[in-house]
Amino acid sequence: MTALLSVQDLSIGFGAGPSVVQNVSFEVEPGQTLALVGESGSGKTISCRAALRILPRTAQIRSGSITLNYSKGTADLIATSERQMRDIRGDRVSMIFQEPMRSLSPLHKIGNQVSEVLWLHHRTSEAEARKKVLTQFERVGFPDPERAYNSYPFELSGGMRQRAMIAMAMVSKPELLIADEPTTALDVTTQAQVLGLIKELQRETGMALILVTHDLGVVANMAEQVVVMHKGRVMESGPAGPILSAPAHPYTKQLFDAAPAIPEQDAVGLPMPSEDLILEMIDVSKTYTMRSSKAWKADKLIHACRGVDLKLARGKTLAIVGESGSGKTTAARIALGAELPDPGGQVLFRSSEEANPTTVNQMSRAERNAFQRKAQMVFQDPYSSLSPRMRIQDAMTEPLEIHKLGTVAEQKDKAAEMLTRVGLNADMLKRYPHAFSGGQRQRLSIARAMMLDPALIVCDEPTSALDVSVQEQILTLLEHLQDSLNLSYLFISHDLAVVARIADEVAVMRQGLVVEQAPPETLFYNPRHPYTKALIAAQPEPDINRPIDLKLVALGAGSPDSWEDAFRFSDSMIPSLIEMEPGHKVRCHV
Amino acid sequence: MVMLRYAVYRFFTMLLTLLVVSVLIFVIINLPPGDYLSNQIAELQASGQSAGVAKAEFLRKEYALDRPMWEQYLIWMGFWQGPHGFEGLLQGNYGWSFEFDRPVSEIVGDTLWLTVVVNLAAILFVYAVALPLGVLAAARSRTWIDYTSAFVGYLGLATPNFLLALILFYYGHRYFNLPIGGLMDPIYEGQPMSWDKLKSILVHLIVPTFVIGTSGASAMMQRLRANMLDELGKPYVETAIAKGMSPSRMLTKYPLRVAFNPFVADIGNLLPSMVSGSVLVSVVLGLQTIGPTLLTALKTQDQFLSAFILMFVALLTLIGTMISDILLVMLDPRIRYEGREA
Repeated sequence: MTALLSVQDLSIGFGAGPSVVQNVSFEVEPGQTLALVGESGSGKTISCRAALRILPRTAQIRSGSITLNYSKGTADLIATSERQMRDIRGDRVSMIFQEPMRSLSPLHKIGNQVSEVLWLHHRTSEAEARKKVLTQFERVGFPDPERAYNSYPFELSGGMRQRAMIAMAMVSKPELLIADEPTTALDVTTQAQVLGLIKELQRETGMALILVTHDLGVVANMAEQVVVMHKGRVMESGPAGPILSAPAHPYTKQLFDAAPAIPEQDAVGLPMPSEDLILEMIDVSKTYTMRSSKAWKADKLIHACRGVDLKLARGKTLAIVGESGSGKTTAARIALGAELPDPGGQVLFRSSEEANPTTVNQMSRAERNAFQRKAQMVFQDPYSSLSPRMRIQDAMTEPLEIHKLGTVAEQKDKAAEMLTRVGLNADMLKRYPHAFSGGQRQRLSIARAMMLDPALIVCDEPTSALDVSVQEQILTLLEHLQDSLNLSYLFISHDLAVVARIADEVAVMRQGLVVEQAPPETLFYNPRHPYTKALIAAQPEPDINRPIDLKLVALGAGSPDSWEDAFRFSDSMIPSLIEMEPGHKVRCHV
Repeated sequence: MVMLRYAVYRFFTMLLTLLVVSVLIFVIINLPPGDYLSNQIAELQASGQSAGVAKAEFLRKEYALDRPMWEQYLIWMGFWQGPHGFEGLLQGNYGWSFEFDRPVSEIVGDTLWLTVVVNLAAILFVYAVALPLGVLAAARSRTWIDYTSAFVGYLGLATPNFLLALILFYYGHRYFNLPIGGLMDPIYEGQPMSWDKLKSILVHLIVPTFVIGTSGASAMMQRLRANMLDELGKPYVETAIAKGMSPSRMLTKYPLRVAFNPFVADIGNLLPSMVSGSVLVSVVLGLQTIGPTLLTALKTQDQFLSAFILMFVALLTLIGTMISDILLVMLDPRIRYEGREA
């Protein structure tokens, strides 16, 4: 069988610099799925974009060939005319991008943007295109295709937008689909559904798929062929089975070791101790009012948190897990005093075992000052949480200056000490953030949070913007710091595998409610709630024999109305958290 | 339907704003002590011309200048009965110019619509030049097209308008036989509109349009270029290319649409800055626009005349912002559906 797309010996570089892609070769056969795996900077994205010649302006293809053997003959995609390239793009070879939020024009209706493919390539009439697009919308799982057709992107959720992107890529029945991290920006349960959808569509139409991803779990679920890339070179390539079960190249092995997975559990875990609590959230609710656009309609209430009770013991880690919009970040903000809970809720903080508790939601100025020294935060995006105009030293000593601690020399020494603690060099103090990689920046963020010797650190998805191997290092660093300084973490994450590793107790949140709460071992050994089960099932495992169980995902990831009777809740009727076994609470009717 | 409601709503807020502006204008004009007539009376009494004093006193009564300020305002607007019944702006009576000793309507009459014509021409010029050049400069950024247009643009921004006017008049007359000064041949002044008069006005408009519009055009061009460059880096542009669109079609359908917003929002700001900015140019070029008249009126405390002109400029501005607001709502669904329930 001849390959549909054949990339041979491809090298790409920027300006006069060294090649960022070096002698890369891979082939995709019709109907086959090829996964390009690698971390950021590995050149995987740029090599697959080269196939459509969608490259940054300064990039140049230095050598190699890209050949497409498709229904209309053979095309040399490097040499062919721009005109022919335009005919291929979107029609014979289409592409899905990483960020569904930004990959659609905000000012044009979804239907218009999708139909455009048909107008461009087949000169389809408007009515005809509309009909085809509506069918396609139904196919990709829009509950109301008509409505989606006339919606603007900002009216849809991320998962729905990615479905629209898939519809756009599929509507002209391409022979090859290139999907560039199509699910990285989505929640796990949505990711599982989108991956399932792509697979299904592929089976139906027989198109080939190139899947660019950093997630070995996704690879195991989707790919037949795998190409592992690192620093612009192919490390290992071949059929998925052998590579995933017995990686030959040390780099692939390294990737596997770093890939977080939910471990198999065979017993329940120990519950979180209930004495010496550093943080206690008692019946915390937060309701936002969304002003209605029409004066005669009542304002809409959004329950970001409903009756959240959480306890964090000193030196332990409490993880809150949930999809976007579940209220996990709101809970963390309330814990830090950045936001006030609705009346009735209370947040207590004890800076040491003997100390009197501070009521975080009713702090005086002086109390707030003291509290802020003891509770710090590490943010999700290391790229935007450090000011690009401040030297590392200034960024790090700023908290000390604000609290007027120590002389300038002492502050500098402290900054140097913290840098070494997080595994960086003290001589980096004079640099600006742009000189650091993502992982290094996250280390800097952690070092900055540590400057005031806090007792509690709130980590808001600290690793979700990082590569797996870097994520691994950051988690190790956090564990190490916790052990040596007796820190307590409130850890916010959407990733169960990360949580499995670091948490002492996990609270799963959905629509502002804690639906299940248990030590991680218990939670994975004996999940009770359908939503927890869906989260666990949706986690892609880097094991080809453990595919995602889409049925289980669908059961729990839908709206609470679709859950089994015992777990259902509505605004008026919310079941309470029941302790099933020591330390394991589930929100259900008994 | 949403649009219509918004337009009606926007129209009423405009009327309200206009009302507030009228109060402000009236108060500010009356802030300096004395008015045109009391100054004149003082002057006449000093030189002992009692006949003139009587006439001035008569005028003061006639135009209710002897009443408290709030009454004066209401009478001027036409909300309140003056010495001759309801006779204010609302009734179409613009008041009396003491400086020129003629009704305001007579003085501003022709200049009003000439002002509108000159400024509209300038705005059209701004848009006609800035739109294609801005897009081109962004699409071909960092090439000679970009650099040349930026250079010419900055030159236009930096050259004082009156200087540009003089230079253009000289060369325009020398090489293209363009007329110097004025907005029409003197023979057509006061004549009813005719084909020849129109032609004369158009020819006279060329240089003023260019002079008044250059700086606005170059500023707007740079702004559009910057907006476009921002947009060109966004992922949806890549999506459009991956769809197989041609560059020109992609450029006009997607990034331009988004970059267009600030462009539209500028309509409102452009009008007043052009009217006030063109005063000097109008003096130099001898244009019969409202600018020079406003200058005289303000200098001599000719209150009805200056108040009327200021109201007129305010009205132009408000109409401009209203148009840009309505256009924005039409162009951008995100503004249209703001606050709509998901």
